[in-house]
Amino acid sequence: MSQSEPGQMTQQAEIPDGGVNRQFALLDEFVASLPYKKENLIAILHRAQEIFGSLPEEVQMHIAYLLDIPAAKVYGVVSFYSFFTMKARGRHVVNVCTGTACFVRGAAKIQLEVEKQLGIKTGETTEDGLFTLESLRCVGACGLAPVLVIDGKVYGKVEVGQVKEILGEYREK
Amino acid sequence: MAVELTINDIPVSVPEGTTILDAARTINIDIPTLCYLNLHEMKLNNHIASCRVCVVEVEGRRTLAPSCSTPVTPGMVVKTDTPRAIKARRTMVELLLSDHPKSCLTCSKNLDCDLQALASDLGVRNITYEGEESRFAIDKSSKAIVRDPNKCIRCRRCETMCNEVQTVGVYSAVGRGFETVVKTAFDLPQHKTSCTFCGQCLAVCPTGALTELDQVDKVWKALNDPERFVIAETAPAVRVALGEGFGLEPGAIVTGKMVAALKRLGFDRVFDTEFAADLTIVEEATELMDRLKKGGRLPILTSCCPAWVKFFEHQFPDLLDIPSTCKSPHEMFGVIAKKYYADLMGIDPQRITVVSVMPCVAKKYEAARPELGRDPKTPDVDIVITTRELARMIREAGIHFGALPDEDFDQPLGESTGAAVIFGTTGGVIEAALRTAYEWITGRPLARIEFEEFRGMEGIKEAVIDMAGRDFRVAVTHGLGNARKILEKIQAGDSEYDAIEIMACPGGCIGGGGQPYHHGNMEILKARAAAIYREDRNKTLRKSHENPAVRTLYEKYLGEPYGEKAHMLLHTHYIERRKI
Amino acid sequence: MRLETTDALNRLRDESQRLIEVRAQARIEPWEQQMGSIPEDSGAEKAESIPECSGVEKTESIPGGVGVEDTESVPQNAGEKNKEEVEDQDKDKDKDKDREEPAPEGAGGAAPEERAKREMTVLVCGGTGCQASDSEEIIARMRKELAARQMQDRVRVVKTGCFGFCEKGPIMEIHPDDVFYIEVSPDDVPAIVEEHLIQGRYLERLLYVNPVNGERLERNLPFYHRQLRIALRHCGLIAPEDVKEYIALGGYQALAKALFQMKPSEVIAEIRASGLRGRGGGGFSTGLKWELMSRAEGGQRYIICNADEGDPGAFMDRSILEGDPNSVLEGMALAGYAVGATHGFIYIRAEYPLAVHRLQTAIRQATGYGLLGERILGSDFCFGIEIKYGAGAFVCGEETALIHSIEGGRGEPSVKPPYPAQEGLWGKPTCVNNVETLANVPIIIERGADWYAEIGTEKSKGTKVFALAGKVNNVGLVEVPMGTTLREIIFDIGGGVKKGKRFKAAQTGGPSGGCIPAQCLDTPIDYESLLGIGSMMGSGGLIVLDEDDCMVNVAKFYLEFTVDESCGRCTACRVGTKRLHEILSRITEGKGELEDLDRLTELGGIIKDASLCGLGQSAPNPVLSTLKYFRDEYVAHIVERHCPAGVCEALARYTITEKCIGCTVCAKNCPVSCIAGSPKKQHVIDQERCIRCGTCQAKCPVDAIVRK
Repeated sequence: MSQSEPGQMTQQAEIPDGGVNRQFALLDEFVASLPYKKENLIAILHRAQEIFGSLPEEVQMHIAYLLDIPAAKVYGVVSFYSFFTMKARGRHVVNVCTGTACFVRGAAKIQLEVEKQLGIKTGETTEDGLFTLESLRCVGACGLAPVLVIDGKVYGKVEVGQVKEILGEYREK
Repeated sequence: MAVELTINDIPVSVPEGTTILDAARTINIDIPTLCYLNLHEMKLNNHIASCRVCVVEVEGRRTLAPSCSTPVTPGMVVKTDTPRAIKARRTMVELLLSDHPKSCLTCSKNLDCDLQALASDLGVRNITYEGEESRFAIDKSSKAIVRDPNKCIRCRRCETMCNEVQTVGVYSAVGRGFETVVKTAFDLPQHKTSCTFCGQCLAVCPTGALTELDQVDKVWKALNDPERFVIAETAPAVRVALGEGFGLEPGAIVTGKMVAALKRLGFDRVFDTEFAADLTIVEEATELMDRLKKGGRLPILTSCCPAWVKFFEHQFPDLLDIPSTCKSPHEMFGVIAKKYYADLMGIDPQRITVVSVMPCVAKKYEAARPELGRDPKTPDVDIVITTRELARMIREAGIHFGALPDEDFDQPLGESTGAAVIFGTTGGVIEAALRTAYEWITGRPLARIEFEEFRGMEGIKEAVIDMAGRDFRVAVTHGLGNARKILEKIQAGDSEYDAIEIMACPGGCIGGGGQPYHHGNMEILKARAAAIYREDRNKTLRKSHENPAVRTLYEKYLGEPYGEKAHMLLHTHYIERRKI
Repeated sequence: MRLETTDALNRLRDESQRLIEVRAQARIEPWEQQMGSIPEDSGAEKAESIPECSGVEKTESIPGGVGVEDTESVPQNAGEKNKEEVEDQDKDKDKDKDREEPAPEGAGGAAPEERAKREMTVLVCGGTGCQASDSEEIIARMRKELAARQMQDRVRVVKTGCFGFCEKGPIMEIHPDDVFYIEVSPDDVPAIVEEHLIQGRYLERLLYVNPVNGERLERNLPFYHRQLRIALRHCGLIAPEDVKEYIALGGYQALAKALFQMKPSEVIAEIRASGLRGRGGGGFSTGLKWELMSRAEGGQRYIICNADEGDPGAFMDRSILEGDPNSVLEGMALAGYAVGATHGFIYIRAEYPLAVHRLQTAIRQATGYGLLGERILGSDFCFGIEIKYGAGAFVCGEETALIHSIEGGRGEPSVKPPYPAQEGLWGKPTCVNNVETLANVPIIIERGADWYAEIGTEKSKGTKVFALAGKVNNVGLVEVPMGTTLREIIFDIGGGVKKGKRFKAAQTGGPSGGCIPAQCLDTPIDYESLLGIGSMMGSGGLIVLDEDDCMVNVAKFYLEFTVDESCGRCTACRVGTKRLHEILSRITEGKGELEDLDRLTELGGIIKDASLCGLGQSAPNPVLSTLKYFRDEYVAHIVERHCPAGVCEALARYTITEKCIGCTVCAKNCPVSCIAGSPKKQHVIDQERCIRCGTCQAKCPVDAIVRK
């Protein structure tokens, strides 16, 4: 069964010739390949978010059209799951794990420090579009708590003092 | 198979599959409910058990059971009135109130609100757990429906109605946790969605989260403007429901009192939309004969329901050529009032305000459709108020409705036949049309005037009528979900129908979104329908083409039915719309 | 290559022995030892069904397979292996009598020239935790180093699943020497190759040091002593991305046994008799669930594997899927056979890309061998498995919510009845089982219900995997028999509280569970006992809290989670948990009143009683349990306006201790000038005026300012 693998939650799929039309074509192609469609809404949304980076209104409308379901239903689903976002993300997505293990090992301080360093609150994107800060419930690397994840790379046993340096690596990239 | 159980120590025997709630009702115990709504006839069963108000104790169960959705089991021991159940129930209402505006006194649902009634019944005297309240923008964008999510209690009745019964799908629960609320896609303003404005969502909304756009003040203003010549027209379904607003039995026919009340409110003329219903039949029957003669596309679909019209514009844009092009009766009325009647009386049409009193909220939207008032200064209809709004006006004016004498409509636009009356219920339009079309097509008088096969709450009703040797296939459907089924058949080319009546609201106009709230009691709808048929039988004339005032209208003003002038004034066109 | 018969499966198993021979006995052994209560004869039976896993009887059933006695095939293996057994099996002398051999000289167990010919296997943990600390790079470096020395043909590098000892990751284990290295870095690789693999000298610095006596341990770490790894039997032992390794260890034998020797009803009876209960939290009897399901009417029916592990701080299911995906697939196929389902779904969190990848690989391989799909092993039974992704909603762990999510909707739970077994996915009877539950199924079918039912307590059979985390020395994944006490898990396995701090509480069951205080540490853990002390088993998250944790803040943390994750459908949970959280926030902000404690108790009780699903019904547990066991902390927040753990910002107090040297830096930096004192004398903070900004503490050069 062809299914999208959610894989990297932060990175956009490579689109060789770029462009919005190409993105919609990729999505159409994926939907067409599915043996059943309406029931696969969540897989389709995953794929769409991979292609577009987020799920803005027009993408959701397009999916509603493709599946012949009300847009409200698509929106209801998108707004229910924390994995889906309607806002475009920055180039790098910074996630502070706020699972219990990280919580008891000081994740809140790390989160505050990242917010301070980036000058944004969790859920926001920096003005230059470089970073989006999100929080994440447990990546399962509890032995490394507290954990910071940037673009899928896990930084373990993070100390407040290291945050600036870690973020710095991405500023240069 | 019967299931034996006890409720509050009283032995009960009910059929398998019965819920605790229904079982308790058999022994006259009413467990309070809020989100629960079972409209069997409409195939709406909202038993999502989300409000948790109907919880009861069941022996051996760790947690309380929602009685609305828990089926009985043999030997079950249920207690509905223990301190544990009562405390939980009251806390649920308190929690709902803690996230609900306390503006009950100024809410349009004041004294007609299920949450308010429940708080009163349960003796909620303070809110123990106060905290953050939801803050959502109120949507007043449309001409028909006001959506105030702050008053939403997340019962999801509107969602169930819109998605499952009407299959329009405008609403969905959105968000998660405390932020969850029922909204439109992307919180679009209602008028930018596929909403048909049928108003069934607000007919089932237990609170003031969904209400009609109140236009009472506009009416008062017109009535008190000496320059305005204000005409009222009343739809058939209003007269069998208005009495409920004044404590009369459902199904009471209050035509005379309604007319008297309207006159006392200061309307210059009180006319009857039924006059225009007869006119509609004449036009529609002629249109049908025209299609039959010219080999036009069949089936012909009725077009008097504006919600239905908007439904097919969004959902079936490829079928825009099959509905009748006839305007709806109240729109026909408006244009006749402003052209024919204005001429007749020598009044400047621009001075005339036509107020439609309708069982419907979609009519509010319809009156604002640009193509239905070609000259912006003289829209066919100026203001639409619902049955409920009229009742409020009467109360506001301090009129003792029950004590009013019966008065007659003004003439000539107050004349109507029994065929027009039955427009108010499902099956009525097609029955009225057949009473005329049969005689015109066969050239013979109709022996059996009543078409029982089209009456009642069945979702899709079908019959084959012998029209001078031609089998004439007719279907009647109400509720947009049922309509969808029929339209999909047409789309697929599987339809052999010649004519189909479609009404958006389950039950037709008697169940309209603007009618007094039924609070889930479907017997009310049935009583209204029965009253409609009673009123029909009381009429001397029962076929639209026999309406003398309509005949005069053609003779003196319109010319031929479905002719050029009729076309210009009484017919319309449809617009392809996006499905959202 | 499709396997059309059991014989074909057996042949593949035998052919695949070479893959695993050098590590065959590795860590399967310890739990065999611990099964002391099992009579010898049952051990003999075991041998017939999975000869690879047991000890002595091995050679009889698989000629050419591995075994200690099979000295011809793996001569180097024997000595080393036995040395270990001699050391820790002396209480079981009879059994091992014939295996006793003198311990070989030298750490490597063989002279370098001998070693140069030796087949070796290097296991590297490829679990998420170890991957996060560069285990992938270790593997790459290792392969490169081996290639550079032309050793790649005789030294296999295997990326395994989780070893469990996450605290000390990345983990590496070298066989046949059976040496366990911890905290390996890519830079250690050349030394490992040179010293260990070539010279046979173990790298002391990478060995675990027993904190009790400072002894460096090559194997047999205390972390594993009290563990009994059944669900995790292959984790950290086999390559999860090669189904042949699973088959070599007896994989899919249970399925073959069921298909050709058992009726579906017998499979159900076996599982029922084993006493296996749902490991997802609720603890419903798995066999009973299957039985109800098998009675449901209607043709099409489904098996769903619930891999939506949403409890923050729990990673058992993910580790099983990453480490031994085939055991779950086999469990699903067995469930499908038992209840008459031909289609299965795995609903997995999208946050688990590695587990998804391994599952996809496993499904592809198993299908390729005809172990899934049409006419499995040539029988009439067909069973296909499809992966479905979650999208970040904790509530989707609830089975009805999960079903709605698979159907493409909002993951909102619905009322039961109807139960999924009656009306589930797309209205068809559906059986939802958790990952760990399913991983137990094949081995129960293989070894029989009696064997399994011997383990555990009266009502809770078998083992439970816990994700041990928080303020504990050995963070990791542990599997213990039901009935093990928290004290054993936290102190014996977990090595006690980090930094020698005082143990305050153990939180089990995540947001659905409660906080267990020190006085309950000796409670043997099972489903009932945990409920009895106000917590619950949950999926197996176990977080250790120490003296620095504020229990009010912990309760608030969980409620914040619940408020965020509540589906928003029912009043009790949607508004109720919000109000609980608000009250807790008030208390932590110093705005609480004593009546709030009654409000928490009362509202918490009602939410438990009146919520629609398990999430709401258990959401107040963190509050109620902390209120029960740590009421004094709540009272301190309210009455004394003080957070005893010094966590709650608004209630923290900064005080200057006698370590103060009177440098005046604090006073100079205080933004509200509330610090008084003469130079070279101990300074004092005016608590009334202090705004708790923490500047003084940050500036103090001698750490004389404490926050409590």
